Amino acid sequence: MPFFRRPGAEPKPEPAQPEPAQSEPAPAQVQPPVQPQYAWGADWSAEKADAARREAEREQLEQGLEKSRTGFGARLRTAFGRGETADWDEIEEILITGDVGAALSMSIVEKARKRRDLDPEAAVRAELEAIVSGRGAGPWVPQPAAPGAPAILLVVGVNGTGKTTTIGKLAAREKAEGRRVILAAADTFRAAAIEQLRIWAERSGTELVAHKQDADPAAVVYDALDAAIARGADLLIADTAGRLHTKANLMDELSKIRRMIDKRLPGAKVETFFVLDATTGQNGLAQAKAFHAAVGLTGVVLTKLDSTAKGGIVFAIERDLGVPVRFVGVGERVEDLLPFDPQAFVAALFD
Amino acid sequence: MFDSLSDRLRSTLAGLTGRGRVSEADVDAAMREVRLALLEADVNFKVVKDFVARVRERAVGVEILGSLTAGQQVVKIVHEELTTLLSAGDGTLRMPGMLPVIALVGLQGSGKTTTAAKLARYLVKQGRNPLLVAADPYRPAAADQLEILGKSLNIAVYRAPVGTPTVQIARDGVEHARRIGRDVVIIDTAGRLTIDDALMAEIRAVSDAVKPSETLLVVDAMTGQEAVTVAQGFAAAVPVSGLVLTKIDGDARGGAALSIGAVTGIPVKFLGTGEKTDGLEVFHPDRLAGRILGMGDILSLVERAQESFDVKQAAKLEEKVRKAGFTLEDMLDSMRQMAKMGPVGQLVSMIPGMGGMAKEAQAAVDRGDLKRTEAIILSMTTKERRDPSILNASRRRRIAAGSGTSVPEINRLVKQFAETQKMMKRFAGPGGKRAAMSAMNTMKRR
Repeated sequence: MPFFRRPGAEPKPEPAQPEPAQSEPAPAQVQPPVQPQYAWGADWSAEKADAARREAEREQLEQGLEKSRTGFGARLRTAFGRGETADWDEIEEILITGDVGAALSMSIVEKARKRRDLDPEAAVRAELEAIVSGRGAGPWVPQPAAPGAPAILLVVGVNGTGKTTTIGKLAAREKAEGRRVILAAADTFRAAAIEQLRIWAERSGTELVAHKQDADPAAVVYDALDAAIARGADLLIADTAGRLHTKANLMDELSKIRRMIDKRLPGAKVETFFVLDATTGQNGLAQAKAFHAAVGLTGVVLTKLDSTAKGGIVFAIERDLGVPVRFVGVGERVEDLLPFDPQAFVAALFD
Repeated sequence: MFDSLSDRLRSTLAGLTGRGRVSEADVDAAMREVRLALLEADVNFKVVKDFVARVRERAVGVEILGSLTAGQQVVKIVHEELTTLLSAGDGTLRMPGMLPVIALVGLQGSGKTTTAAKLARYLVKQGRNPLLVAADPYRPAAADQLEILGKSLNIAVYRAPVGTPTVQIARDGVEHARRIGRDVVIIDTAGRLTIDDALMAEIRAVSDAVKPSETLLVVDAMTGQEAVTVAQGFAAAVPVSGLVLTKIDGDARGGAALSIGAVTGIPVKFLGTGEKTDGLEVFHPDRLAGRILGMGDILSLVERAQESFDVKQAAKLEEKVRKAGFTLEDMLDSMRQMAKMGPVGQLVSMIPGMGGMAKEAQAAVDRGDLKRTEAIILSMTTKERRDPSILNASRRRRIAAGSGTSVPEINRLVKQFAETQKMMKRFAGPGGKRAAMSAMNTMKRR
């Protein structure tokens, strides 16, 4: 039997946190690990909050990328530092060691070499930006899957990429935006996965729908969807078990969840985020392709970007599949999930 | 998605058969392919560079042996060099003293907790009596996960009250093992980034406190170019003595292991396959070399078949075949035996050149074809199982209803069984065992 958990308190806007100054960017503040950062008072206008938040997020991203920058970026700078006689082989090497992939790196360098209007750095930068700009532009706002229904977000990926953690962070984020969020514990396979999500639900003050271990994941999502509709929730986020993209039966299980949603809400617009560990190499593209074929991806969440890894495989994913990066994970705290800003991402690599 | 390197090399060099020696131009063409393939397999850029240089040196001017083509000759050299690189260090597990401690370390999500359970099960099979210690106080429910896994294996798990410092958990865990008379301790630690100074200091303190005889770095086979940096980071903090390469059952080539081995000399000790607790394999350098090259893995196949195949039952089956008294019941038995050997696709994919077929066979098993066959046979009466010829329309309808299948499916099975039986009769006679094996393979792949 499913059981439903409701936290006692309604989501209430927190009293405004130390207000970041309007004109000046907020100083890099160390956030307390408990409270979500984006809890704006009622007197805040949406634009003001947005602007201040973007600024804070950009800084956080920069901090998160700092470490990779000293590697990747610094080396790129050295390579570019030679000005006109930039060593293209070295640039190619830098891209490859950033997990951009041998074939794509070669093609980017080849294209950049032909550009006479830009210096080598700007040319390579422009090529990289061209790949990840556009599709993912603008903040991600959950849209109702159908009239009168909540937004539905499936979160998928291979084992150990950080799906449950990402959901915890995303739930906290959306809750702070004033949305009513319901989590579906559809990872019924991994030991203690339900428990892990329950802890995140408690932390973020969101509701959880769970069955027992080994229950049918589609049934969990079905019940959660019913609950979300009945309670007028704004967003349903379904956690799914990590699965290797090569296991046909497990990929079928995922498609079944997707079909079940279609049955319950014909024509529903379902978002599906593919969670990718930034340390993943070229196999990331194979993963994304398989998941895209099974459930249709609408976004990528690039996790563990606070490591020394660069996550260069996202370029190949967006180029080949047209699936944009939506969020990046830069730490273990609730607030360490940031909207993907293509310009900032590429710029930070080169800074 | 990746063409196998060995196939690519062969086709690049296909026209070169019988020219006597591998020329420099041949080698240049081949080395381009080798470089690309190794980079696609996530082998570290610098390692690839050195590797390609070394192979080039060896390959130029090499005499092409008797029946080999130039391509095969180059593949052979590449395979040998890969194997040499992967053979660095001692791959055996060291467990000295009365209570050796094995610590598992690694990045978040690399598979430490699952590996801890697999390793415990492996050690039990070796006649050991392990204690699992849950020393990850950070990830929500990590200790629960280990406890559930331990319970399913009937292996004791030590966990400390919330808030206990990690070093204390490790120390208490070892003490607990001593008290309850265990003979090996496996410590599952929290995932951490190598650039997280506080957590790296913590793991160093844990290591200093319990002095593990083995510190195994758990690395995801899908890791990209950062693998070397990660391994170096951990090796700088704790005495890493071996690697466990996990999620090798995906289609990642596992170049990370090659890179780490080549740069740090840390040997690979185990491979993790699958989420079940029996998915831990002892590492064989030549086999991973074959995987990186896409050459298949015949040896693992043979070994697994030997492990799971029940000799007595096989002998009984042989007898049956000889007498041609093979029934549906026997078919079910042998199918179950095949299933015990692990996913068919995993088996078949180890045979060189069978990649595509492997996928299909795997999908068939995954979708439950085997289970359906089982359900159909189990829904028959004993009489029907021994003599399917009595199956008339009404019996077939009953069986379909009972097994949750359909009449056409039953028809298919009966027809297939008749064919198998015919084939078995043909095989009856000398050499029966091999015939039985191959017949079972045919059934399994229907």
